[in-house]
Amino acid sequence: MSTLVLENVSRWFGNVVAVNDVTMTVGPGVTGLLGPNGAGKTTLMAMMSGFLPPSSGTVAIDGTPVWRRTDAYRQIGLVPERELSFGYLTGRAFVRANADLHRLPDAAQATEAILGVVDMVEPAQRRIDTYSKGMRQRIKIAAALVHDPAILLLDEPFNGVDPRQRMHLMDLLRRLADEGRTVLFSSHILEEVERLARHVEVVVSGRHAASGDFGAIRRLMTDRPTRYSITSSDDRALAAALIAQTSVQAVQLRPRGGLDVQVSDLGSFATALPRLTRTQDLTLFELSPSDESLESVFSYLVAR
Amino acid sequence: MNGTIAKLALAALLGRRRFWLLVAFPVIMIGLTALVAVMAGDDEFGWQMVGLLGYPLVLPLVAILAASSVLGPEVDDGSIVYLLSKPVNRHAVAISKWVVAWVATLVVGAGSVLAAGLVVEPGEQAAAWLVASLVAGTTYSALFLALSAVTRHAVVIGLVFVLIWENLLGSIFSGVAWLSINDWGVRVGHEVSAALDDPANLAWALLASLVVTAGGVFFAGDRLRSFALTGDE
Repeated sequence: MSTLVLENVSRWFGNVVAVNDVTMTVGPGVTGLLGPNGAGKTTLMAMMSGFLPPSSGTVAIDGTPVWRRTDAYRQIGLVPERELSFGYLTGRAFVRANADLHRLPDAAQATEAILGVVDMVEPAQRRIDTYSKGMRQRIKIAAALVHDPAILLLDEPFNGVDPRQRMHLMDLLRRLADEGRTVLFSSHILEEVERLARHVEVVVSGRHAASGDFGAIRRLMTDRPTRYSITSSDDRALAAALIAQTSVQAVQLRPRGGLDVQVSDLGSFATALPRLTRTQDLTLFELSPSDESLESVFSYLVAR
Repeated sequence: MNGTIAKLALAALLGRRRFWLLVAFPVIMIGLTALVAVMAGDDEFGWQMVGLLGYPLVLPLVAILAASSVLGPEVDDGSIVYLLSKPVNRHAVAISKWVVAWVATLVVGAGSVLAAGLVVEPGEQAAAWLVASLVAGTTYSALFLALSAVTRHAVVIGLVFVLIWENLLGSIFSGVAWLSINDWGVRVGHEVSAALDDPANLAWALLASLVVTAGGVFFAGDRLRSFALTGDE
């Protein structure tokens, strides 16, 4: 079992601060590194995997710094977001090369075993440039896992992977964590993190915005005031009915038709709205969240 | 030296379309030399093909293509992290990749210069051009490997170095010979046959070739040691 510790880590590129004073401890189990695109997740991952020196602070595995220490890769399995450009190799040859680079005593056997784990035994004889996105992703994971590392770092592992393969990958990562490994994956998609990680680290604009149990963070996110825009058969009548609801904080009629509604309690609003429209004999034409982008969720978390 | 890295580098060299370009230039050069030698009926024209086209242009071109093929694309697109995220000394990575580029340069580049020389006339002069090509090919491959580790424009910069500095300025100013891989090789070849020029001091030519070769490979390894993976942000 290994623990990855970041202490007061900052990283800047010229005048741009990509990571700002982040302190976190990543231990055994699945940890999700959640944040919008451009938040500094890849920069953090690069520092954790020894591919970028922190401008200040330290990144260490079990007390030993990672930067410029190639021996650290005995403990780390890295799945970068980068595409594999080894299209001219077969999947098996690529994984085997990784096993050989680790000087595994039985590289052939380790290769076959890990191809089985990621369910790539059959396509492994084909060249990588014939693979689908999900197959490439699984070959990348196989290559990172072939030496049985204690720590697995995955940068956006589910990007472009179809839902069935995503389920498969998630099961795999969960299993690896259950075996006592430290699994850290980054994602900008809330649902992915929710389904896989119990522990979540949130980064926004290079800062460590939240850390802890996913349920608690999720509650913070769903309890925040949310805005919806609604169009209906009679906006004014609907506005009058809505403002009577305790879950509704504000209603505004838009000059060209439609309503802007601010809701404090999403759950009770969601159950109240359909009942309300039926009793008032109204028809809803459109109901859409007006600020449900992940960025707004994150900026709420940061502002809090 | 790491066998796995070398094997992958060889696959990268042979597996890309660029390899055919690397082979095409020498083949065309040998063909042209044979054509000129036969049509002119005078060896002098044949030797000019070797001395003005084969050795100074085709050989460095092969070195550029070989060195950039084994390292360039992987550094460019960042996929070299797959090789570097291993408990393997980064200098060993650079050396292994250089060995592949070096052997390819000698086999294809120096080999084609020798072949062209033999087409003109088997003998001392052909051997001298081979020696010159072995020395220069070795140095070129290390210099261009270092270049590929630093910039994605290694091919263009390498071509500018060869065309502008070595060939154009080198033919105008004799002093350029002191800083020209081309001339160092020629100077060593001069020891085999006086038909080749004597543009610089022999000790200097040997020492400078050695320093650039060792320095280039070391520098490439050092760059890999500090290889930083930057995100798209």
